[in-house]
Amino acid sequence: MAASTIPTGGHGDPTRRDFLMVATGALGAVGVAATAWPFINNLNPAADTLALSSIEVNIQPIQVGQAITVKWRGKPVFIRHRTPEDIKVAEAVPMSELPDPQTDNARVTDSAKKVRPEWLIMIGICTHLGCVPLGNKPGQDKGPYDGWYCPCHGSAYDTAGRIRKGPAPKNLEIPDYLFTSDTLVRIG
Amino acid sequence: MASSHGTPPVFNNKVIAWIDHRLPVFSYLEKEYNTFPTPRNFNYFWNFGAIATVMLVLMIATGIVLATNYTPHVLMAFDSVERIDRDVPQGWLIRDLHMNGASFFFIAVYIHIFRGMYYGSYKAPRELLWILGVIIFLLMMATAFMGYVLPWGQMSFWGATVITNLFSAIPVVGDAIVTWLWGGFAIDNPTLNRFYALHYLLPFIIVAVVALHVIALHVHGSNNPLGIDPRGPQDTVPFHPYYTMKDGFGVVVFLIVYAGFAFFAPDYMGHPDNYIPANPLVTPEHIVPEWYFLPFYAILRAIPDKLGGVIAMFGAIAVLFVLPWLDTSRVRSATFRPIYKWFMFVLVIDVVVLGFCGANPPAGFWIPLAQVATVYYFFHFLILLPILGKIERPLPLPPSIADAVLKKKAA
Amino acid sequence: MRKLLVTGAIAAASLATAAVAIAAGTTPHPPHKHWHFQGPFGTYDRAAAQRGYQVYQEVCAACHSLSLLAYRNLMELGLTENQVKDLIKDIQVPDLNDDGQPIERPARPSDRFKKPFPNEAAAAAANNGKAPPDLSVIVKARENGPDYIHALLTGYVPFDKLTPEQIKEFAVTKDDNFNTYFPGHKIAMAPPLSDDKVTYADGTKATTDQEASDVVEFLAWASEPHMEDRKRTGVRVVLFLLAMAGLMYAVKRSVWSDKH
Repeated sequence: MAASTIPTGGHGDPTRRDFLMVATGALGAVGVAATAWPFINNLNPAADTLALSSIEVNIQPIQVGQAITVKWRGKPVFIRHRTPEDIKVAEAVPMSELPDPQTDNARVTDSAKKVRPEWLIMIGICTHLGCVPLGNKPGQDKGPYDGWYCPCHGSAYDTAGRIRKGPAPKNLEIPDYLFTSDTLVRIG
Repeated sequence: MASSHGTPPVFNNKVIAWIDHRLPVFSYLEKEYNTFPTPRNFNYFWNFGAIATVMLVLMIATGIVLATNYTPHVLMAFDSVERIDRDVPQGWLIRDLHMNGASFFFIAVYIHIFRGMYYGSYKAPRELLWILGVIIFLLMMATAFMGYVLPWGQMSFWGATVITNLFSAIPVVGDAIVTWLWGGFAIDNPTLNRFYALHYLLPFIIVAVVALHVIALHVHGSNNPLGIDPRGPQDTVPFHPYYTMKDGFGVVVFLIVYAGFAFFAPDYMGHPDNYIPANPLVTPEHIVPEWYFLPFYAILRAIPDKLGGVIAMFGAIAVLFVLPWLDTSRVRSATFRPIYKWFMFVLVIDVVVLGFCGANPPAGFWIPLAQVATVYYFFHFLILLPILGKIERPLPLPPSIADAVLKKKAA
Repeated sequence: MRKLLVTGAIAAASLATAAVAIAAGTTPHPPHKHWHFQGPFGTYDRAAAQRGYQVYQEVCAACHSLSLLAYRNLMELGLTENQVKDLIKDIQVPDLNDDGQPIERPARPSDRFKKPFPNEAAAAAANNGKAPPDLSVIVKARENGPDYIHALLTGYVPFDKLTPEQIKEFAVTKDDNFNTYFPGHKIAMAPPLSDDKVTYADGTKATTDQEASDVVEFLAWASEPHMEDRKRTGVRVVLFLLAMAGLMYAVKRSVWSDKH
């Protein structure tokens, strides 16, 4: 719209009036912006959602060689208690054989840099197109590398959850986790 | 700009000029909200149209955000509202604003309506403007009623039961209509779902009718406290900045009162029973609707007959539709109607009395009081107004708005 | 004009008052007590509310659920995460295992308060046919909630202290619980509180009145955990609007100065 002209003349002092207009406009703008925030903020995750954004898992009952699946932020998380054999095999793989090179150590380090190679904690979602790979439950097909195998398009992961064969471009993702005690791990 | 009404505005900004040449929204704004000639003698009662508009926008904005977190299911509705209060970031704020916003929207609209009545704003040539306003009022009532059901508390449930059962008073088809309204044999999940859908829809229909209301308003311009038409530029001022600034001030003052309630007494206008989850097997001791329905609720209960009560209640609103033809006086403003003025005050008191009757249990002296007040309500519109216009001797009208304003200033 | 304004204001105010007016009936009004959370600047007394949680947990929780609250909410009462975990370490909550079978597992902070009964029918069955109400919003769900609940908890009259008129009028028997402030006076809940029913860690003497006040403070907080935030925001909003109103009035006057 064209700039509005305030009728002049009469007793109003134009300078004072301009100042008042600007001050009122500025304060009004602040008010509108401050009002907009709660409306936007309302759509952020609620406190009950955030309360579930980190979970604590007791890993004590998981026997060597076993794995469990827990739900975290709506996704499956694989927790495998690896055998010394699993670890040895994973550590021995040369980096050159890996499509997404990453040392075994780097995959078993918690957010406080604590390395516990017997615990492998990963998001159980194939990095190809989002299927959940097999191999976490006893009796399931673990694929040619004895880790996990995605039945959708044949991606195979090794005992460190690294992609070895198939269309998936990346290793299974490692979430943020922290060992809060010998038997408790907090994910998220 | 400084263009006077009538000459097409010239826009210096090229983008605006380009758009306006193709879609004249800026010319429209310029004509209707900038240079629009408006009587210079409005008092603060003329703020309430703008205030009501602000409340409507606020209700829609808060409502849409609330809807993103609300669950319309009988098992989850109550908890989802509490979740908004407890867990959703600043959800309590949005809900408080919405909850109290309904009350303050009605406060603004009731003042707006009584202003229209006092100053005869419904008279020719503004009859359709008035009728559109009554339609907005009806739509608001429907929207507010259905919105109150959504939290699924005891008052939600039983209020909905009582109000929908009104339709069962209709002979022959009444029960079938009620079953149809409910989508079942009692107020239940289908009812909650359809009320939610309609509660979301109706505000947008209100916006459409408000647009028509404003279009009708701008055909002949606003009425004014003197009730006489402007006779020339000396009687009017451009809408902007005179009334934009005055409305802005009025809106902010109104918002202070509103904020006072929303932030410091958010449940004052509500009923404690609505914090008890709906229970179809237990009726609260006293079912009371929201305060803005109380006068009509009192009229409903004043008539000791089911169908009669329903007819009287709807009649109390229907009578407003024909108000422009019931009032036979050719003078608009009560300022120049020495008798009508007092009856207007009596009507306001009558409606307040009806409100008290509606809030109290129908027992003891409240019953005859509600009946007297109901009779008076209809007497005012159906008998008093047609007769008064004929027998009342109005005071002399001033020659022009400017004349009256200058005289008042001199005095 | 001024008269009109005043009439309008009175009309609006009286309608609002009418909305909340309820019939008093025969039950006496609960005596008014001053609460820490009242008034435009009132806040919750954290220490009292924490003691109130103890009363709820040790006394009320046996029958009354608090289903809208989660254990994590206790952190808003001033407890640390570890204190909350410590409080709930012995609580087992129902869940399903991976095979869909019902199990009990230790409570987590994100869990809602454990219900004493699995559902309302079970609650009613265990309590002579009437389920004890959930207490999550009980303070907001009663007229003068804080005063009423405090009066109710301290308003029991033993049978031998009742006058013969009372016994006759309300048909009280030895097995009934007579409460001065309960509508109808006969209440299913036996007197829940007594002196030294709980032992407070902070050394506060646990009189019946103290326990009742503390649990009301806790339940008031439970009803509206964001009350302090609401009032703080309200002060800011009202101050802002007052400044805005002042400026708008100056602008309006200045604009109109050539027309008046």
